[in-house]
Amino acid sequence: MPQTIVEKIISNHAGKKVYRGEMAVVDVDMVMATDTTAPLTIQAFKRMGGEKVWDPEKMVLVIDHASPPPNQAIAVLHDLMREFAKEQNIKLYDIGAGICHQLMVENHHVKPGQIVLGADSHTCTYGALGAFATGVGSTDLAGAMLTGSTWVKVPDTIKVELNGELQAGVYAKDIILHLVGLLGIEGATYQAIEFTGEAVKAMSLDSRMTLANMVIEMGGKAGLVDMAGLELPYEFEPITPDEGAKYAKVISIDVSEIEPRVAGPHSPDNVKPISEFEGVPIQQAFIGSCTNGRLEDLHEAAKILKGKKIHPNVRFLIAPASRKVYLEAVKDGTAQILTEAGATFLPSGCGPCVGTHLGVPGNNENIASSTNRNFRGRMGNPNSNIYLGSPSFVAAAALNGEIVNPQKVLDEEGN
Amino acid sequence: MKFVGKAHVYGDNIDTDRIIPGKYTKTLDLQQLADHVLEDLDPEFSKKVQKGDILVAGDNFGCGSSREQAPLAIKTSGVSVVIAHYFARIFFRNAINIGLAVIELPEYDIQPGDELEVDITTGTVHNKTNGKTFYGTKMPQVMVDILNENGLENYLKKHKTYKL
Ligand code: SF4
Repeated sequence: MPQTIVEKIISNHAGKKVYRGEMAVVDVDMVMATDTTAPLTIQAFKRMGGEKVWDPEKMVLVIDHASPPPNQAIAVLHDLMREFAKEQNIKLYDIGAGICHQLMVENHHVKPGQIVLGADSHTCTYGALGAFATGVGSTDLAGAMLTGSTWVKVPDTIKVELNGELQAGVYAKDIILHLVGLLGIEGATYQAIEFTGEAVKAMSLDSRMTLANMVIEMGGKAGLVDMAGLELPYEFEPITPDEGAKYAKVISIDVSEIEPRVAGPHSPDNVKPISEFEGVPIQQAFIGSCTNGRLEDLHEAAKILKGKKIHPNVRFLIAPASRKVYLEAVKDGTAQILTEAGATFLPSGCGPCVGTHLGVPGNNENIASSTNRNFRGRMGNPNSNIYLGSPSFVAAAALNGEIVNPQKVLDEEGN
Repeated sequence: MKFVGKAHVYGDNIDTDRIIPGKYTKTLDLQQLADHVLEDLDPEFSKKVQKGDILVAGDNFGCGSSREQAPLAIKTSGVSVVIAHYFARIFFRNAINIGLAVIELPEYDIQPGDELEVDITTGTVHNKTNGKTFYGTKMPQVMVDILNENGLENYLKKHKTYKL
């Protein structure tokens, strides 16, 4: 019987052919936990009677969510992670290295066709590489650390075909927001998404990561981006779906018709064309996160802000997705352009995305953000409103002190 | 496994940020989590919840983050069972893994304060207040087994591996 990409990957790891709806115990290729989830994972691992992890080479710990630590309690949790990593000989990325998902891809801890578990919901990002990568909780991760395996129910797949060429000022972020708006916050629950089509094949790795990243915003288990056109610094065997594979549904989108999209408060599926939000005053702007904190994102922001100053009412924060991204932005002048425009650079890591520290908004404030979630209280203050969009959208809002269509700003620039 | 308790009823799409905001998640002290459970949804919840009470929600309960602090906060607050039309995938797994009973009821008629009797083994919920009975979606056997061991820690300690 013909198989989808997910069915193929799971079959390869289950030692037998499996199809949607079936249960399987699979070998896991890689596991990852962060400072939000690793402390509970370590505790659970020990309570399971764990002494030695199954394979230290196949694990990564990252301190990124509250990094550097804002208080003593968190500092102690970070220490717990360092101790465990040392004792078990596991690779640990310490403060400032970057966001877990960026590091996993950037440093080749994940490869196409693998099964990866991360104790973080945005683990689905690695679908950009054609890996079956899914978020789990701390205890599930501890189980994988102990046994090298986990159980899965093989998900049904939604196929999303993206054809056409993007307009100037429209990005992978706008496409994925459009899709989240279309399917809704529960629209892919228990399902995987395969992204394909000519628009996908033309995408950079950075953009593919943006696409796969927000699959969880529809409740999806994994997002697999077509491996055609994917460029990696090593050889790999692309996995393609069989002709005639069964899909839950097929959605076709002509991306040339998409204009910039924004998700308004307080849900990522509250997505509308930007025109409906234009004029909303903005007090804080943030570029960063595993969705849009990469070099191409900083480049887009710099296009808008080169030689300009941000609006005096706006605080503009940038947390590059990794130290490597930051360093490249420093070397190519992007960091200078943005700093001269009035941006404040934060350490590479999750930063304001998750409301633990670094840039908690004030009461009744509106935030333009390149992140993936705008639930009430997400950035640490339930009395604030988060608007999600592309890095261009954020830069344009920082410049004008209100939401504007970045296409207009780019037009004025003659870009 | 049977539970009897009073219902607290909320709506659809309650995300993990509303179950326990990210700012409170960085701790191993479970009571601290319970003190802030559902704070941005119902600031009174942690004060009024009593041991054995049952949390009832609509669609897609627990969407968002993979933080296991969410089911832990609910369990530590005293809640014995969470009922929803359906759950977000990661939350559902996490709840079972930490030994918090969850049951999916595609349909129900439950008002705040109703007294419920939940039988996890048969997947039924009986509303003692209005006399109606509702039937839950069947869980995969591996989840039933994990829940029967009161969570994945005990399950793996005993079985060493996953058995489907
Ligand atoms: S950047 Fe935000 S969404 Fe991404 S891993 Fe960090 S907290 Fe989660």
